[in-house]
Amino acid sequence: MTFDSNAFLIIFTGSLIAISCGFLGVFMMLRKMSMTGDAISHAVLPGIVIGFFVSGSQRSLEVIIGAGLLGILATLMIDWLRKKARVQLDASIGITFTLLFAIGIILINLLAYKVDLDQECVLYGEIAYLPIDSWITQNGINLGPRITWLAGLNFLFVISFIYLLFKELILTSFDENFSSVMGIPSKGINLALMSIVSYTTVSSFESVGAILVVALLVVPPATAFLWTKSLMPLLKLTALMGVLIALFGYYLAYLIDSSIAGMMVTVAGVFFSISALIHSRKLIHSKKPSVIGGTSSTSGQFGF
Amino acid sequence: MEDFVYFFTFQDPSIAWVVLGVTLLGVGSAYVGTFSFLDKKALLGDAISHAVLPGICCGFILAGEKNPVYIVSGAFLSGAAATFMSSWLRRNTKLSDDTIIATILSVFFGFGIVLLTALQKSGNPEVAGLNSFIFGNAIGISEDDLMLYGGLSLVIIVVLTLFLKEFRLMVFDPEYGKAIGFPMKFISFLFNVLMILAVVIGIQAIGVVLMAALLITPGAAARFWTDRLNPLLILAALFSVLSGILGTYVSFVLPQMPTGPWVVVFLSIFAMISFLISPKSGMIFRYVARKKYLRKTHRDHLLKALYKASEGGKTGLTIEEIYELYPYQKPETNQSINDLVNDNFIANNQYFINLTEEGVSEAMRIVRLHRLWELYLNESMNIAPDHVHDSAEQLEHLITPELEAMLEQRLNYPTLDPHQETIPRPNKP
Repeated sequence: MTFDSNAFLIIFTGSLIAISCGFLGVFMMLRKMSMTGDAISHAVLPGIVIGFFVSGSQRSLEVIIGAGLLGILATLMIDWLRKKARVQLDASIGITFTLLFAIGIILINLLAYKVDLDQECVLYGEIAYLPIDSWITQNGINLGPRITWLAGLNFLFVISFIYLLFKELILTSFDENFSSVMGIPSKGINLALMSIVSYTTVSSFESVGAILVVALLVVPPATAFLWTKSLMPLLKLTALMGVLIALFGYYLAYLIDSSIAGMMVTVAGVFFSISALIHSRKLIHSKKPSVIGGTSSTSGQFGF
Repeated sequence: MEDFVYFFTFQDPSIAWVVLGVTLLGVGSAYVGTFSFLDKKALLGDAISHAVLPGICCGFILAGEKNPVYIVSGAFLSGAAATFMSSWLRRNTKLSDDTIIATILSVFFGFGIVLLTALQKSGNPEVAGLNSFIFGNAIGISEDDLMLYGGLSLVIIVVLTLFLKEFRLMVFDPEYGKAIGFPMKFISFLFNVLMILAVVIGIQAIGVVLMAALLITPGAAARFWTDRLNPLLILAALFSVLSGILGTYVSFVLPQMPTGPWVVVFLSIFAMISFLISPKSGMIFRYVARKKYLRKTHRDHLLKALYKASEGGKTGLTIEEIYELYPYQKPETNQSINDLVNDNFIANNQYFINLTEEGVSEAMRIVRLHRLWELYLNESMNIAPDHVHDSAEQLEHLITPELEAMLEQRLNYPTLDPHQETIPRPNKP
């Protein structure tokens, strides 16, 4: 098999995105904020539109800033609705992201003469075009695909963020009260995390789309969680899965000629299902009594 | 203005049809969504909206065209699979609820995207209509489809109304329902069926992402106005219908605007207004009520302070002494003094404050309640004397005359509290 540089680039970029999202997702999962992450990936749309409008281009700093601000706004809104207006958590999340997404779509239509955003593109991207979209500097040097650079930058930011704030992230995820006592601003850490999630969403939306970013945020960490509960193994497994997802996703999509991003998510889903099945059989085979047909009085926060 | 009249007099039959469709759809979604909201399963609707996509695509693949029967059935199976898997994951793994919902949502949707893009590349011209499933296209629905989906919405509304008490049981007390013989599992199943149906119908008008709003927001808004189920459902339906009509109107007046997002905007406006101004639960009301309560407690504390000064032998307190008792609260103290003077409980003679006769008996009442409660906690609940003060500080403002009589009787008309202070009673002539 000859070395297909296009395939390599796509898989490499896909891995970068999957790993960035996965690492962030581990912390989101531990903080039980997975659905908030889903909400934010939808809620950034108005920020993207406004950024596009202000700067005239889809690929500008303004777009990223706009998205970051909207991410913060969404987090604050959800918090405000829950604490001040006293609306239950799931409704707060639902109302916030639908309102912001609706505003985003209205803005796209309102500013259509200047904002050339396609709803489909925002939602599920197309990573396959990556190799032909190169970053050519003013000297005419082709530095390779623009999106790969973006993904690389994103990856660096995420890694630095996690590395620099590692202790704070762990503490605030596992014991918020203790972290407050220690003087760590847990609200600030939360907002910072959500901003990075917004930035990652925007950074990835051209390649995998905003909605599929959610899958990469949630599914690999969930799968890893089925295998281990310790933090470092969680992170490592998530990273490994990121690479595998990108690899299989690309080749399977190539096989049936479909969306690479969608296929990446499907592969992630398959890994997840297999892990769930393996680990649940362990539960049934063990001597502990399993709760078959759980009662609805034990329904949790989103209960079913 | 002309547009307004034209629209709302429904001279144009297509407008009338669309409004009818939006109304039926809105009522159906609001009903189903409100139950789901009350059951704290609000985001499950969001998950189902995303999860039906693979089923829709499969239905399309099997039928070769946009055949509603195949599509609805496909969506239905897909949604049912998602719901089943969510429950299964909850029972058999240690993943938290939000993780499970987010996983199911994104995986199903991702798989749906795979099918959708494969279909799009197949070149089948019918595929273009499938896109309206994701983004919704209220005005683009054909009249035939409208009849079918309107009919289905009607079915949802009718079933919900007929089985109202069963669903009420399911949400509020399933154990009791099971105990008295209702088939709770079947009722849950029926509810899930209705929910999936509502989602399948709704996403064609409003799109996958915004469907959650149609389910959650009406119920969340209506919840702030009433505690009872029937008014809640009717109000939710009303919000939904109004938003639907307003959204359609905007889309009519500004043709480039899609309907769905405007419906969501209006729904959210109704919701925000409800959160702010509704009596009892609304933010403004709670803020005002809290301020009033704080003022009352401050007045009561002032009276107590004056009474205690009189127990210590003084006839009253200077205003400086009172300011010192409540540091950093000068405006509140001034306000309380004014209120008490108006109520004729105290007299303010050149910054020397003393209790009037009525003031004395009111102050005695508060102190009496405080000390009775302390005694009650100490004797009947065995709480140490140094732990009872805080509770009494709060309850002295709240104990009613009836409760006071009960306490007196229970404690046998005591004379001293746990700190050996007299329990003051008005001298009866």
